[in-house]
Amino acid sequence: MVSYIIRRFFMAILTVLAISILAYTIIQLPPGDYVTSYIASMSASGSAVSEGEAEALRLQLGLDKPIYIQYLKWFGLILQGNFGMAMEWGRPVADVIGDRLWLTIIISVAAIVFTWVLALPIGIYSAVKRYSIADYVFTFIGFLGLAIPGFMLALIVMYVGFAHFGASVGGLFSADYMEASWSLAKVWDLIKHLPVPAIVLGISGTAQMIRIMRSNLLDELRKPYVMTARARGLAEGKVIMKYPVRVALNPFISTIGYLLPYVVSGSLIVSLVLSLPTVGPLLLKALVAQDMFLAGTIVLLLGVMTVIGTFISDLLLMWVDPRIRLGRN
Amino acid sequence: MSDINSAADTILSVRDLKTYFFQDEGTVKAVDGASFDVRAGKTLGIVGESGCGKSVTTQSILRLVEKPGRIVNGEIFLHKADGSVRNLVQLPPNGSEMRAVRGGDIGLVFQEPMTSFSPVHTIGDQITEAIMLHLPVNKKEARKIGIEALRSVGIPKPERRIDEYSFELSGGLRQRAMISVALSCKPRLLIADEPTTALDVTTQAQILDLLRKLQNENGMAIMLITHNLGVVAEMADDVVVMYLGRVVEQGPVDDIFHSPQHPYTRALLQSIPSIDSQPRVKLPTISGSIPHPYNRPSGCSFYPRCESCIKGQCEKAEPKLIAVNDHQKVSCFLYEEQK
Amino acid sequence: MADELMADIEEKTPRPVEAVPAGNPKKDDSEKIAVATQWQLMWWRFRKHKLAMIGTIVLVLFYLVSFGADFLAYVDPEESEAQRSLMAPQPIHWFDEGGFRPYVHPQIGRRDPITFKRVYVPDIKVKVPVEFFSHGFPYKFLGFIPMDIHFLGVKNARPAETLFLFGTDMQGRDIWSRLMYGTRTSMTIGLVSVAMSLLLGITLGGFSGYFGGIMDAIVQRIIEILRSIPTIPLWMGLAAALPSSWSVNQIYFAITVIISLIGWTELARVVRGRFISLRQEDFIMAAEILGCSKPRIIFRHMVPSFVSHIIAATTLAIPAMIISETSLSFLGLGLRPPAISWGVLLQDAQNIQALVISPWLLIPSIPIIIAVLAFNFMGDGIRDAADPYG
Repeated sequence: MVSYIIRRFFMAILTVLAISILAYTIIQLPPGDYVTSYIASMSASGSAVSEGEAEALRLQLGLDKPIYIQYLKWFGLILQGNFGMAMEWGRPVADVIGDRLWLTIIISVAAIVFTWVLALPIGIYSAVKRYSIADYVFTFIGFLGLAIPGFMLALIVMYVGFAHFGASVGGLFSADYMEASWSLAKVWDLIKHLPVPAIVLGISGTAQMIRIMRSNLLDELRKPYVMTARARGLAEGKVIMKYPVRVALNPFISTIGYLLPYVVSGSLIVSLVLSLPTVGPLLLKALVAQDMFLAGTIVLLLGVMTVIGTFISDLLLMWVDPRIRLGRN
Repeated sequence: MSDINSAADTILSVRDLKTYFFQDEGTVKAVDGASFDVRAGKTLGIVGESGCGKSVTTQSILRLVEKPGRIVNGEIFLHKADGSVRNLVQLPPNGSEMRAVRGGDIGLVFQEPMTSFSPVHTIGDQITEAIMLHLPVNKKEARKIGIEALRSVGIPKPERRIDEYSFELSGGLRQRAMISVALSCKPRLLIADEPTTALDVTTQAQILDLLRKLQNENGMAIMLITHNLGVVAEMADDVVVMYLGRVVEQGPVDDIFHSPQHPYTRALLQSIPSIDSQPRVKLPTISGSIPHPYNRPSGCSFYPRCESCIKGQCEKAEPKLIAVNDHQKVSCFLYEEQK
Repeated sequence: MADELMADIEEKTPRPVEAVPAGNPKKDDSEKIAVATQWQLMWWRFRKHKLAMIGTIVLVLFYLVSFGADFLAYVDPEESEAQRSLMAPQPIHWFDEGGFRPYVHPQIGRRDPITFKRVYVPDIKVKVPVEFFSHGFPYKFLGFIPMDIHFLGVKNARPAETLFLFGTDMQGRDIWSRLMYGTRTSMTIGLVSVAMSLLLGITLGGFSGYFGGIMDAIVQRIIEILRSIPTIPLWMGLAAALPSSWSVNQIYFAITVIISLIGWTELARVVRGRFISLRQEDFIMAAEILGCSKPRIIFRHMVPSFVSHIIAATTLAIPAMIISETSLSFLGLGLRPPAISWGVLLQDAQNIQALVISPWLLIPSIPIIIAVLAFNFMGDGIRDAADPYG
């Protein structure tokens, strides 16, 4: 058990390091460095920066050092919670991101909860009543869910909302609460706005989860322990819920680790269409404006977030699966 | 039907059982008119090659045949402890009475000790579940009974083992645990479907000894399904030989082994290596292989592989199961003529 | 464990007779089956999978459209005209004077004095005949044959001004014609990216699976890490870094590379899994004992027995590639105008107000859904058929 946790934890750390390198690569990709963009943004606001000042700034920031030193310096600052300046905004990156990261997490989690709540019963039903009409209908809807990219579903939802209800279904807050500070009323407002983005974001994941649950359960239903449970005289419904469903749940839980990056990725694009105040629109803006520290930080934070989520799902899996807990398998 | 063995001590009689699987590709007649009796306190061995319908017979008795399979004909009479007789075929398969039969009157031990237990539930969970379903006890008492059941099958430290998972036990212990689950509610009939096939030889012998010991203690009947003739010779009182869903021969174990009547039984017995057999002589085998279930031969289904096949008769009509002497019944035209 | 299980299942539900052609087991078929090659068996199985067959036919049509995009378009996709902005799809009247004489009414546009929106009214007095194989804008068929024949056109008029099958976009460009070109781009980008992914996946997965050990551990960790990172922000970052001075072709190539970086992990996983399971097979052991060289074992013995699985995995990977391209282009980070792809076309639909007035801007989403479905169906069919003996 301990070795499992250590291995998973080590893997998480390794992944975070890899993500930080990728994020730093993105920061470094556009031509020019921090100082050139700083000068550009300063001169745009009317104040000039002299050659000497620029050189001094470069030295101060260590931009004359080799690239890996710069990376280590940047990563060191990140670890202290200093993410640098967002050029476009003239404010620290941490300020600009603000609540948006939390809202991204909330939406992603809501989407995963939606995915689970829907996929679990449907997957079970489809497996138990295999080849029934409902199974075919769910399979077909599942295929459609897979085929419609998230942003397109968001577009369709927006269109239907506008065309038939004359209202925007986007956003996460009503106008009254947009700028308000956090209060119970604001939280309630958020909860009221969550279902639409959660559904839009969750639908394609749901389609995949239904397929996974269905095939897992079909495999389990054929196993002898189901027959022996029946042979003990247990009622059919109880047999299925207590044994094969419970066993099929394990690989289902482990798919969180795979679902989470998928949902976070999707949330970026969906947020844009539904104008949700997540990091998605911010990232796009930052990339278009080549505001690389902001963009790199967002990529890093999203990555770290999924790594933590995956690690939690690993622990969860250990908790529900005695084979992992007891070090077999 | 006038039965040789059908006497007051019969606990289960199967009559003309037909279980078919209806698939797109065709109908598989997995069990096609099987009849036999199990006597109280005795062991009936059911032998045959794989695919002969042994396991489907088990599933039919317990009413656990899965779609697209269905019992299309026949009766399964269970003689209950109170003296009443129920035809299991007429009970709804998932009704409370049938569920009380499963685990209560009839216990089942499967071939696969590894996969017969759920990998995510403790042994105790699964054994107390069975006990609480059939006996009027609470959880604590059920656990106590469960521990005793584990002890009675020779599992050391049962009070600790009960909280372990099946994958923590060795194959032999697992099969013992399986037997203890099946016997925890003191069934009057134990169906053991290839109980030793997945085990190594020494463990096999131990498990068979255990079954015999438990039978002596509890007086239960055992229906032992196997393809291993050695196991049958050692364990069974009566033997039923099946081929492609049909009973080809049945009788007391001594008669079957010493004077087999059906060509298939004879061929089966000849294919067992024996100490008396000539060295460097090739062991006789049954020519050909079991036909594909969709391409079941017409007439007697064994005729393409049969050495005593009567041309013009065997491939046209199906032989009936008839008594050839006081003990044995055979379905073969070689004996129908004599009558 | 699986084998033991199978033995049990087999007894109650005999597996269907493998690869019997039309589902009817006939005796004379068994001889045919016995001598059939692996590919024949697979084809017979695949043919039974109806959805997969439909998917295949649809995909063939899509690629025909990709080849003949210039021929099927009737207007130069770049021809824009503010006076024809956001026109609705216009129906073709197929029959006239009791015969098959397709025609359209010309559209007259004017500005609504109250809402200031442009409105279009068909001029029902005039009939413009629609003709097939008509002369239009010049193009090079297959890139080198100069031609000006188009599938559709209108007699004695410029189609750009009269024919609007799927309506026009904000700049007044014909959506039908643009869709034809978009199909070419998006369908080929899926293929090219998957080819690159495959190269990466087979090389890394193959090495990892065949040699095992430290190599395997490293590749496995890389795959594991890549799979646990949300990919879209990464590729967004990479795509955003492409210099804006690059030509359409350079961007196209760069985007295919970026997209192929998404897909290779799954393909590598499949290849590795196959290699590992094959390595333990007796016939590989036999080949090794006979002294076959490593390349001979890999290419002569191993590859033929898993190539069908790779094809299935590849087919199933394409839809993700298409969706990635579409999503990136939709965000303005993938292909950029003047390139035309499904994603670029859908950029117009980002403006919800415009979309509500002109829902036909969503038309390009229909081929995306159909193509993705078709690839999934075909991939599923191939996967089921991939193991004709199983």
